[in-house]
Amino acid sequence: MTAEYSPYLFIIVLMVAAVGFALAPLALAWLWAKFYSPRKPGHDKNAIYECGLESKGDAWIQFKAEYYLYGIMFLIFDVETIFLLPFAVAFTGLSAGAFIAMMVFILLLVEGLVWAWTKGILTWK
Amino acid sequence: MDEGLKNELQKQGVFTTTLEGVYNWGRKNSVWPLQFGLACCAIEMIAASMARYDLARFGAEVFRPSPRQADLMIVAGTVTKKMCPQVVRLYNQMPEPKYVIAMGSCAISGGPFKQGYNVLKGIDRYIPVDVHIPGCPPRPEALLHAFMTLQKKIDEQSLTGANRPRHLNADAPSEFPVPKFGEHDLEPPNNPAVWQAPTLVRV
Repeated sequence: MTAEYSPYLFIIVLMVAAVGFALAPLALAWLWAKFYSPRKPGHDKNAIYECGLESKGDAWIQFKAEYYLYGIMFLIFDVETIFLLPFAVAFTGLSAGAFIAMMVFILLLVEGLVWAWTKGILTWK
Repeated sequence: MDEGLKNELQKQGVFTTTLEGVYNWGRKNSVWPLQFGLACCAIEMIAASMARYDLARFGAEVFRPSPRQADLMIVAGTVTKKMCPQVVRLYNQMPEPKYVIAMGSCAISGGPFKQGYNVLKGIDRYIPVDVHIPGCPPRPEALLHAFMTLQKKIDEQSLTGANRPRHLNADAPSEFPVPKFGEHDLEPPNNPAVWQAPTLVRV
């Protein structure tokens, strides 16, 4: 009776050898460091900055991103212009429904302008 | 290992060494200096690292811009009192084992500016200096000599015992107190654990 032959056995053996080959130097380095380069942390050594100067303040400061205001103002004036020109050209031939729809659209933009005005964005500082 | 036995074995083509020997051989031939200069001595230090004097022969050509990667601090130049805390802090940030070469008259004693109110009278008042080089500024050959002296010093350190390097001594500090700016002088004026003022004896 012959022993059962499994081709996967070799792959497992090789895999174990490969992992061992990779882990052995790491383990040796860890052992070496444990005995011959003990850790000595301290306040200065753990400091983040490496210039000799001490870091001041907090790195997590917040910047106020106010770009959305410019975005809204751009939308109000630019989009309005784009739509107002064809509206003016086709004004005489428009139906009542189209006219009301356009008025609603302009009203929405004017609301935005009023909001911006009361917020004081239009005032040059 | 006995020196005579070692020689006998070597004649037969058998080379023996010790863990300590290999360790120190590796250490002394890969000393990476910290890349920083304080005054004119730095020019000589740069010259020593360039092709003509070639510090690379000693395995020390890799000047590291970060204290985290450096083994050797070459204090090249006048240490003003304003700069002193930064120098000590950089020394503290270097990993062990770390060594210091005080290069030039200014770094060892204040040099020609010793009388100046703003000049530190030697960096060895705050950090332990291994090799002092006199000269104003010292020539690159002097720096090479200092470097070889340091290599000899590293080679003589043993893994155990009183002569072991500081990082293997658990009691030895890895950080030294950083002086603060006082009203008239740095506070404290020196680190008493490293340097004490010599007592003057009048005869």
